[in-house]
Amino acid sequence: MGLVKYIAVRALMIIPTVLILYTLVFVILRVLPGNPVLAALGTKNIPEEQLKALMSELGLDKPLIQQYFEYLINFTRGDMGKSMVVRGRPIASDIIDKLPATLELSIWAILFSLIIGVGLGYIGARVQNPYVKTIVRLMGSIVFVIFIPALGLSLQLVFSRYLGVLPTGGRLSVTMGFKPITGIYTLDALLQLNIQAFFDALKHLVLPAFTLGLVISGPYMRLTLNNMEEIMESKIIEAYRARGIRDSRLLRHAFRHVLVPITTYTGLQFSLLMGGAVLTETTFNWPGIGTYLVDKVMYRDYTAIQAVIIIFAIIVGLTSLIVDVLYALIDPRVRY
Amino acid sequence: MMSLNSSSIYIAFKNRYVLTGLIIILIFVFMAVFADFIAPYSPVEYVGPPLQPPSREYIMGTDNLGRDIFSRIVYGSRIMLTIVAIAVAISGAVGTILGLISGYIGGILDRLLSFTMDSIYAFPSLILAISLSVALGPSPINAAIAIALVYIPTYFRMIRGQVLSIKNETYIEIARALGLPSTRIVLRHILPHVTKTLMVVFSMNSADAILTEAALSFMGLTVQPPTPDWGFDLYKGRGFVLAGMWWIMLFPGLCIILLAVGFALISEGISTLITTRKR
Repeated sequence: MGLVKYIAVRALMIIPTVLILYTLVFVILRVLPGNPVLAALGTKNIPEEQLKALMSELGLDKPLIQQYFEYLINFTRGDMGKSMVVRGRPIASDIIDKLPATLELSIWAILFSLIIGVGLGYIGARVQNPYVKTIVRLMGSIVFVIFIPALGLSLQLVFSRYLGVLPTGGRLSVTMGFKPITGIYTLDALLQLNIQAFFDALKHLVLPAFTLGLVISGPYMRLTLNNMEEIMESKIIEAYRARGIRDSRLLRHAFRHVLVPITTYTGLQFSLLMGGAVLTETTFNWPGIGTYLVDKVMYRDYTAIQAVIIIFAIIVGLTSLIVDVLYALIDPRVRY
Repeated sequence: MMSLNSSSIYIAFKNRYVLTGLIIILIFVFMAVFADFIAPYSPVEYVGPPLQPPSREYIMGTDNLGRDIFSRIVYGSRIMLTIVAIAVAISGAVGTILGLISGYIGGILDRLLSFTMDSIYAFPSLILAISLSVALGPSPINAAIAIALVYIPTYFRMIRGQVLSIKNETYIEIARALGLPSTRIVLRHILPHVTKTLMVVFSMNSADAILTEAALSFMGLTVQPPTPDWGFDLYKGRGFVLAGMWWIMLFPGLCIILLAVGFALISEGISTLITTRKR
C-alpha cells in the first residue's frame, strides 16, 4: 500500500509544477503589451470590426482571469484551443500528430547517448593509461558545448553530400507503402514485419539521434567512470578479489553497480533532451513537436506555443515521476 | 570552504584548463573590441564575388551575398559577447540575491520561491527562452532578457543550498547573538563563502547562455539582417550544405563551440580545484 500512496502523492505534485509554467507562459504571452492577433497576422492594417470579430472568435475579448481558467478547464478535457494562424485548426490534433516523432527521436537519442557515454566511461575505467582517463573525464565535462545545428549540418555534409549514404531530413522515404500505427515508425515497421521500412526509418534516424545523443552523453561518461573507479576501490571488490575472481570479471561486477545511478540520471537528462530535440528537429527537418514549436514561433501563433509549453511541462513532470518510482523500486534504501 | 583571495586566484591561473579557457575567451574579447582593425572588409557590404571558397583574399570565403565571412565572424563576436554578458550579469545578480534572501529568511517565502524556481529549473531552458523571446519580440536586448530570466533558478538553487548549509555554523550563530544586522551577516559572512561555487556555476552558465543565444539566433529571434551574428549566419549557411559549400556554416558553428568550450574549461578547472583541495 505504501508504494501506491507514494505514487499518488508524487503524481499530484506534477499539477502545481504544470500550473506554475502555465501561469508563467500565460502572463508572458497575454499580459505583455501588444495585441497577439495583430502580431500573428503580422499587419496592423485591419479594420477595427474584423479585428474584434477575430478576437471574440478566439475568446481573447474576455477578461484575462476568465481566459485563464477557461483555457485550463478546456485543457483538462483535451481541448488545447485553436490555432490563431491556421484559422480554426484544433491544436490538440496537431500535437497528437507530432508527438510520436519527438518521442521516437528522444528514445533513440537516449540509446545513442547511453552507448557513447557508458561505452567511453567504461573504457576510461578499464584502461590504465592516465591520459585516456583524463580525456574521457574532460570530454564528459565539455561535450555538451557542441552546438547541435553545427554538428548536425557537418554530419549532413559528410554523410549526405560527400558519401551520399544517408538522407538529410524527414522520417521515411515516401515511396514505401507503410501505415503508421503508433506513429513511432521503427516500432510500427517491426510490428508489421516490414524490414525494408524499418531500415529506411533507421537510416533517417541515425544522424539526428547520434547528434542529440552525443551532446547529452557527457554526464554518462563521468558517471560511469567515477562510479566504476570508486567501486573498484571498495570493500565489495576487495572481497571478490579475495575469492580469486580475475580483474576482467571484477569490472563486470563493478559495472552492475553503476546501473542504478545511470537509471536515475536518465530522468534528469530529460529536460536537456527536450531542449536539444527542438534544435535537432529544426536542423534535420524532423516533423516533431520541436519543429512545430519553431514554425509557430515564426508565425507568432500564441495559442499553439502555450499548448506546446504545457505539453512539455507535463512530459517533464511525468518522466521525473516515473524515475522516482523506478528509483524507489530499485533501491531498497528509499523510504516512501 | 575557503573564500576567494589572491593566492587561490593564483592557483586557479596555474590550472591548465582555466588558463586555456581564459586564453580562448580573451581572444574573442580582443576580436570584439578591435573588430574595426581586425576585420579586412565591411561585414555588411558586398565585397567580392558570392559563394567563394576560402582563399588568400577571403580567408573564410564569401557568402551568397558576396560578404566576407571572416569579417562577419569578427563583428559577430560583439553581438554574442554583449548578449551573453548582459544575460549572465542579470541572472547571476537576481538569482544570487533571491537565493541569499530565501535561504537566510526561510519560512513560507522560501518554500514558495523554491518551488517556483524548481519548476522553472526542471523545464527545458531553451524552450522557455524561445517562448520568452517571442513574447518580448525579436531583438538582441530582448534575447538577453529572455536568457537571463531562464537562468535565474540555476543561481538561486545553488546559492540557497549553500546558505542553508552555512546558516547553522557556529560563527553565524555568534554573529547573530552579537546582534549584527541580517544584511551584514549575509553579505559579509555568508556571501564570501559561496564565491568559489559561484564561479563554477557562473562559467558553466556562460557556456549554456552562449549555446542558448546561438539557438535563439538560429531561429531568427535576435538580430535582424544584415547584422552579423554567428547563430543566424549558421542558419543561413544551412541552405548551402547540400551544394557542398561548407564554409558558410562551418566557421560560425566552430566559433560558437569554441567560445562555449572556453567557459566550460574554466568551470571544469575550478571545480577540480575545489574538489581536490577538499580531500
